[in-house]
Amino acid sequence: MADIFMAFGIGLLLLILVSLYRVVTGPTVLDRILGGNVIGSQTTVLLLLIGLIYGNVGMFVDIALAYALLNFIATLGATKYFLRRRSVHLDSDLQEGKEAAE
Amino acid sequence: MNVITIVLLTLGLFFFAVGVVGILRFPDFYTRMHAAGKCDTLASELVLLAVALYNLSDPSLGSVLVSIKIMMIAGFVFVASPTATHALTEAALVVGVSPWTRKSGRRS
Repeated sequence: MADIFMAFGIGLLLLILVSLYRVVTGPTVLDRILGGNVIGSQTTVLLLLIGLIYGNVGMFVDIALAYALLNFIATLGATKYFLRRRSVHLDSDLQEGKEAAE
Repeated sequence: MNVITIVLLTLGLFFFAVGVVGILRFPDFYTRMHAAGKCDTLASELVLLAVALYNLSDPSLGSVLVSIKIMMIAGFVFVASPTATHALTEAALVVGVSPWTRKSGRRS
């Protein structure tokens, strides 16, 4: 049974690596936050699978719960930041735009 | 019990794969949000349910407590994941990320 959990864990790890593409090359910042949110929820599940492989789920459940909470808070915080700025452009992009306009 | 666990894990991995393909292939932010929000919530619930059921295969007080904790994670994900999706979409609307139209080409 541990081999099966190992196979599912490796599959989930490959999915995390593939979805890292959206974080690296997202057109907007919100795409990157979305990719980070997806990777976080996949990691929450992967931690439980690691707990099953080690035969010690009781310890990894707490880590997974903390990771789920952190993922939610981090997404809400980053989203709130860009909601207040009302712009997805970073400072360097804005300055380059101003210099191009001048 | 093992068969149910493997079936639920396979379904969960399938939905994770569908969500990842969605966020890689869809043309603009809102459609990616659509794929990621639903598929991730459903896949997380399925895999958490599988782990909780497999953990109950030797029933003792400790494993029942661990299964209750896993179902609490499932309940939290069930509330938090749509909330995060809603907040991201609202931020995109306020910020002014333009939705995909037929004129704007294949990729935004």
